[in-house]
Amino acid sequence: MAEFTLPKNSVPTEGKTFQAPLHAQNIRRFEIYRWDPDSGENPRIDSFELDIDDCGPMILDAILKIKNDIDSSLTFRRSCREGVCGSCAMNINGKNTLACTKAIDAYPGTIKIYPLPHMQVVKDLVPDMTHFYEQYASIKPWLETSTPAPAGSERLQSKEERAKLDGLYECVLCACCSTSCPSYWWNSDRYLGPAVLLQAYRWLVDSRDENTGARLDALDDSFKLYRCHTIMNCTDTCPKGLNPAQAIAETKKLLVQRKLG
Amino acid sequence: MAYQSSPTAAKEAHASHPGTHHWWLQRVTAVALLPLSFWAITLLDMCLNAPYPETLGWLQQPFNSACIVAWIVAVFYHAALGLQVVIEDYIAAPGQKIIALWTVNLTFLFLALAALLAVFRIISKG
Repeated sequence: MAEFTLPKNSVPTEGKTFQAPLHAQNIRRFEIYRWDPDSGENPRIDSFELDIDDCGPMILDAILKIKNDIDSSLTFRRSCREGVCGSCAMNINGKNTLACTKAIDAYPGTIKIYPLPHMQVVKDLVPDMTHFYEQYASIKPWLETSTPAPAGSERLQSKEERAKLDGLYECVLCACCSTSCPSYWWNSDRYLGPAVLLQAYRWLVDSRDENTGARLDALDDSFKLYRCHTIMNCTDTCPKGLNPAQAIAETKKLLVQRKLG
Repeated sequence: MAYQSSPTAAKEAHASHPGTHHWWLQRVTAVALLPLSFWAITLLDMCLNAPYPETLGWLQQPFNSACIVAWIVAVFYHAALGLQVVIEDYIAAPGQKIIALWTVNLTFLFLALAALLAVFRIISKG
């Protein structure tokens, strides 16, 4: 059955509060989820008051400032700081997004930062992405061909064929969409989730790929694909402005066309 | 509670294949129910407002007899398909899931058969 009660030690408690420096004029409060697996304690919500005049403009700048100046134990992933690596995906004020592409000014009042929802937490804002990456690997995200490559050149693609990959190739696999999807929350053991299904569609429509039939076979499953109930949280939350829900709908259309055709 | 995620779980989940068939039939029955439900409103209106012999005569017309049979089949089939999705969404334990699915399927099958039998009895009256 679905689990309606929270597991033991999962309710966050009130944590420490770190006051802003006395001379600070422009103060913003950040409430951040903290959990240390080694402590044996419940997760807690720490509050950090930052002098925004002495901080970069983005949310990532703020949590980097916290880590550098206030509490070095704050744990999170980050790398590119410009929305192309997908590392700093987290839940900011109730919406999954990339901390590096969201300005502090875009949020009013206190800013609440949690890890991506419904993932096992490794520590603080770091979720365990193992299963997500395994699901990605399971759709074989690479070019599969049976014919030999043209001698002396790469496999060619027309501009029109290449255009079909627009809106798909930009995905950075940050998992914001998958972890915003209630279907993925309840059934992520078998449901692939919007991010992986968008990638599956990216290879279905690639004109150079020669394994479309087997790819469709693998997706024709009541759980892998059809747990999508068009909830649209994925499209709503995607920090890159992509539309995984449409990719999933197009995949369903391809399957029905093949079935009826 | 196990925090360790299984690296092989995603790879070993092979496709079960009824997915597209189930999804497509859910859409087909939904579209079929659009005109049939307007027809069913007419039937409901007659049941509530017209005299019994008039309603019976109307239902005995071949088109209307076919419509009520089609409506019953579509409604119960659509309901069973839909509830199957709800059960699969929320019941994860395999044993409970299989019992719930077959309880729902057999209940709707029984209800549909009972409804069809009732219709045949009504329209075969004088």
